[in-house]
Amino acid sequence: MTKERIQIMVCGGTGCTGDQGDALLDNLKLELEANALENDVTVVKTGCMGLCSMGPNIKIMPGNIIYTGVKPDDVRDIVSEHIMKGRKVERLLFTDPGSEKMLSTEKELSPFRKQLRVVLRNCGIIDPENIDDAIAHDAYEALGVALTKMKPLDVIKTVKDSGLRGRGGGGFPTGTKWEIAFNNKSDEKYVVCNADEGDPGAFMDRSILEGDPHAVLEAMAICGYAIEADKGLIYIRAEYPLAVARLNTALRQAREYGLLGRNILGSNFSFDIEIKYGAGAFVCGEETALIHSMEGDRGEPTVKPPFPAVSGFRNQPTIVNNVETLACISPIILKGAEWFSSIGTEKSKGTKVFALAGKINNVGLIEVPMGTTLREVITEIGGGIRNGKKFKAAQTGGPSGGCLTEKHLDTPIDFDNLIAAGSMMGSGGLIVMDEDDCMVSVAKFFLEFTVEESCGKCSPCRIGNKRMHELLEHITKGKGVPADLDRLRNMCHVIKDTSLCGLGQSSPNPVLSTLENFRDEYEAHVTAKKCPAGKCRDLMEYFIIEANCVGCTACARVCPVGAISGERKEAHVINQEICIKCGACMEKCKFDAIIIQ
Amino acid sequence: MPKINSPAELSKHKKEVRERLYGQKKIRIRVHMGTSGLASGAKTIYEFFREELEKRNIEAAVIHAGDMGYSFAEPTVEVCLPDREAVVFGNVDKIRADEIIEKYIKNGELTDGILPANYRSI
Repeated sequence: MTKERIQIMVCGGTGCTGDQGDALLDNLKLELEANALENDVTVVKTGCMGLCSMGPNIKIMPGNIIYTGVKPDDVRDIVSEHIMKGRKVERLLFTDPGSEKMLSTEKELSPFRKQLRVVLRNCGIIDPENIDDAIAHDAYEALGVALTKMKPLDVIKTVKDSGLRGRGGGGFPTGTKWEIAFNNKSDEKYVVCNADEGDPGAFMDRSILEGDPHAVLEAMAICGYAIEADKGLIYIRAEYPLAVARLNTALRQAREYGLLGRNILGSNFSFDIEIKYGAGAFVCGEETALIHSMEGDRGEPTVKPPFPAVSGFRNQPTIVNNVETLACISPIILKGAEWFSSIGTEKSKGTKVFALAGKINNVGLIEVPMGTTLREVITEIGGGIRNGKKFKAAQTGGPSGGCLTEKHLDTPIDFDNLIAAGSMMGSGGLIVMDEDDCMVSVAKFFLEFTVEESCGKCSPCRIGNKRMHELLEHITKGKGVPADLDRLRNMCHVIKDTSLCGLGQSSPNPVLSTLENFRDEYEAHVTAKKCPAGKCRDLMEYFIIEANCVGCTACARVCPVGAISGERKEAHVINQEICIKCGACMEKCKFDAIIIQ
Repeated sequence: MPKINSPAELSKHKKEVRERLYGQKKIRIRVHMGTSGLASGAKTIYEFFREELEKRNIEAAVIHAGDMGYSFAEPTVEVCLPDREAVVFGNVDKIRADEIIEKYIKNGELTDGILPANYRSI
């Protein structure tokens, strides 16, 4: 390779391209051409650089110099100064508001990025099927520290002080849970990793297990040491074949190295892990149901207390921790409780992984410190709403959570704020909805999921949710009456108060929160019999605009029920009584003469 | 494989594997092959890189890793040239993979579809 050529990366993230579109990129290319440099300098448009608040940004290599707030007119200076004379254009460098120092390189600007990867530290970086690669990236170092330099109670204290709370949804302090299990003396204790990820749209745990399985194995061993258990179990659904395969490989390699098994790292501590397969029932994410399923019984929850930390698997003290919770443990041991508790908000420490899904541009996984606002997540990291549509709501916590609306956009996301906003953290699925989504249908979708997944043990959940689903079905079909809304609300409260486990207690949340935030939409469905978002098929009517119709008869020919009539070359009409709202006519019409009302 | 019997042996082993895996100046290509990546065709891209680099006489380590979370741009591939920052390319199909080899790996010239690091890590 000869001398490194000059290359300019122009950030193509939504934040940077915004109003100016591609003007910056175009101007840059023109300016280079004007100076006959187009063959010497490469200009490429890239994805988001993660420095949206300072944008539009460009990065020039070699040197990795980042210019911020670059306007299309600034390209002249960049080309004449930086490219031709090799001098930095100081006015376009970012000034740190704290130290007032000018920052220019990738490395200096990195701390201003919104995303922080703690849990995902090795995902996509290491080869998950090669333990050596994991060890090269610090795996099992924390286990060594714990075994040789810490007593079990020190480990528990560190986890407690870090402020780590369960990432599976409940948000229970992990250290406290471990302490309870430690204090319950028994010859037999268990560490269970809950990898039964079932929320629609969530895939954080899967990605962690597929990308960095050793992080979870190591943390389980550390937990085993802390609570004096020698047996670990991973409860994972068989629908995650790749994660299962990689876990098995990781387990085999860890045993070969003696990092699991008898006398780990030469200590007196022995610990081994077994995988238990679940059939993919949502309720088995609830810890008591999960334990029953592992014991070979039906996956049904039982009343707590006793909590599993007191009496769990085979009636012995059992810790059930979520995958993401466990993935936080090694960094906490290595970098200390203070480091971890310095990230996040007052009561929610550390980072949270979210799976962005729905009507958002950058669908995928992100990890942000607790306290990042929904706006930052959606507009900056997520790249905004698809097709420039308007944001309507974000569903967090899956079928147990609720929706956050525009007024929550600037709320810092943490456990308590989400509950105050009528939703919950859940495991981290974040489904974004735009103006085209009908909130009644959204509530119905989640309820459908709960009805399907209800184990049937207690009647409020089994019968109540079914009834509620019927009511919603009625409303979306245009058969609802205004009194249905109060009926819905009442049922929500009864189900919440009387269900046996978390699944039932939280199942009315999507309905309650949409009722709360989008009452007008519900009302439109029951009074005017209209769906404002145009989603509910039974409430829509297809119309032909007379002025646009040329009478080509294409719609009449395609209509499966013969609801369209009219003479050739004259405007056609749809008979609403016969129309089944299949939309075939609208697809066929070449003149935009058919609309939905 | 010999057992690792103490934290000291672990750090010795860590040093050795670091040297073995990352010590030499070498072109490293990571294809992100989690479920999202594989569903979008990452396996074909992985095989493409292995076969084509050999055919074109370029020595490089082609590694498969988990997903980075860029589900909107799978398959994604990270290319790490010696003494350079790693660059992640998104939406890699065979045409783009070929371009990555010819332009970036051979000449260090960037191509479209780059996903710059938008996060910080510990």
